[in-house]
Amino acid sequence: MFADTVCVGNVRDLILFTAVQLIYLDLSSCLMKLDLVMQKYSLFSLAKNALSGHRNWQQAWRSPPLRDQYDVIVIGAGGHGLATAYYLAKEFGTANVAVLERGWLGGGNIARNTITIRSNYMRDESIPFYVKSVAMYEGLTKELNFNMMHSKRTMVDVVQTYPKMRELRRRQLTMDIYGSTYEQISTDEVRRRIPALTGGGPDARLPIIGGMVHTDAGVNRHDAVAWGYARGADELGVEIHQQTAVQSLIRGSDGAITGVETNRGTVRAKKVVVAVSGHTTTITETAGLKLPLRTMNLTAFVSEPVKPLVDVIVNCPDSGFYFSQSDKGEMVIGGAPDMGQSFRRDIKQNVFEDTVTSMLSLFPAFKKLKLMRQWGGHLDIAHDASPIMSKTEVGGLFVTAGWWGGYKAIPAGGLALAHLVAKGTPHPLMSSFTLDRFKHLDFIMEAGTTTAR
Amino acid sequence: MLRITCPYCGSRNESEFLFGGPVGTERPDPNTTSDADWIEYLTVKPNPLGPVQERWWHARGCGEWLTIWRDTRTHDIVEAPNDTE
Repeated sequence: MFADTVCVGNVRDLILFTAVQLIYLDLSSCLMKLDLVMQKYSLFSLAKNALSGHRNWQQAWRSPPLRDQYDVIVIGAGGHGLATAYYLAKEFGTANVAVLERGWLGGGNIARNTITIRSNYMRDESIPFYVKSVAMYEGLTKELNFNMMHSKRTMVDVVQTYPKMRELRRRQLTMDIYGSTYEQISTDEVRRRIPALTGGGPDARLPIIGGMVHTDAGVNRHDAVAWGYARGADELGVEIHQQTAVQSLIRGSDGAITGVETNRGTVRAKKVVVAVSGHTTTITETAGLKLPLRTMNLTAFVSEPVKPLVDVIVNCPDSGFYFSQSDKGEMVIGGAPDMGQSFRRDIKQNVFEDTVTSMLSLFPAFKKLKLMRQWGGHLDIAHDASPIMSKTEVGGLFVTAGWWGGYKAIPAGGLALAHLVAKGTPHPLMSSFTLDRFKHLDFIMEAGTTTAR
Repeated sequence: MLRITCPYCGSRNESEFLFGGPVGTERPDPNTTSDADWIEYLTVKPNPLGPVQERWWHARGCGEWLTIWRDTRTHDIVEAPNDTE
């Protein structure tokens, strides 16, 4: 031990040595405490864990036992559910929250979309909300200490008809007011930016007449969004319970919500949030609540990975498809919805064929692409194609639904819903999107700004 | 692709038809109904996890409008449920 080697007379050295040791012990216990709270992902933690063969990474979130009472229950551990829980705990001090998920975390529509993040909407009510959401996405890697692989790569609309061009120019004028970027470009510029676009020439049935550029648009990694919010919410005390299917809502004698019935027993809470895109009416009808929503199925499929070919998001509204190339090299392609309501999670062959046919008319070289997977996201659409984030006539029951392209809305949607749940009044950015708008036929028509329907 | 039976043309491809929307509730008399019921009639449509009644238009065929029951979980065209006409 050091006592043997330190001369008794050298007291100053002894004190210095002990002090250094104490500081070291203090620091390492601090670090251990930090480890217990949440391990921060960094170059340092990566190097540290590499030395121990990556066997000591902490779990990203807990799996605590299900209690029978919480302040708030959020149904659905998807993007909106997890973001709402995160902001409830972080911004509004409500951490006694349970997120109940029927399947697995991030396995619903957050895994069944085309990761397009943009804010080129039409209405004064919509644009500021999406501008906020896009900005929050850009800062999300830092906010959640989780790499979102955000790629702000712009979106180019390929326009083939004059009515569509007029509509997009009209959107540009409104977007200018709210700080969202939209700009017209020539056909030559469209072709310069998208070299693979070889169809749509002067002899085509619908020649390309120009394009619009939305520089705010980007893509990121959907799993990271789900996992990042889950990890952040868990750290703040939120409990996430997977494999916990809510079967029905429970109302008290005064009509207000008192909890939910699940496959793991009854869980009580005075506030319940329904964030279950697609199945919203299935859940709310158990409380006798009817909503102006229909469930539909959107088409998406993905090709084999190929070399970098297209570095922007390409949207062809007149042909009815859009795509981007993922970091893995796959073409992630989205198309039109099925006609009619659908709770299926695959796509109809004829919708798939129509989408491919449109794509090949503009991108003939894609004929050689092998398509690897297809999926349908079933989502609910409101009467006016705008989202519903609202209190309901059932006291304590909140819904976030009608997100026709809700992936881009996750950060601001979670923040706004947390505000509504905590304070009881809508967030300023979402105050026009409550159920009250139907009472006054005060619709926010966005049908043209979402995927063709 | 659905195969829809038209009363005049028989079993035809879905691509010959246009979707006419789900069949909602009976149109209430606007002179006597309440505002709330009128709004509900305008905006709320049945959205069942199961058979839904809907209209289709044989637009690229004989032009007939027809009504079918279709299961939203499977896309199967089914018989009307027993508790409805």
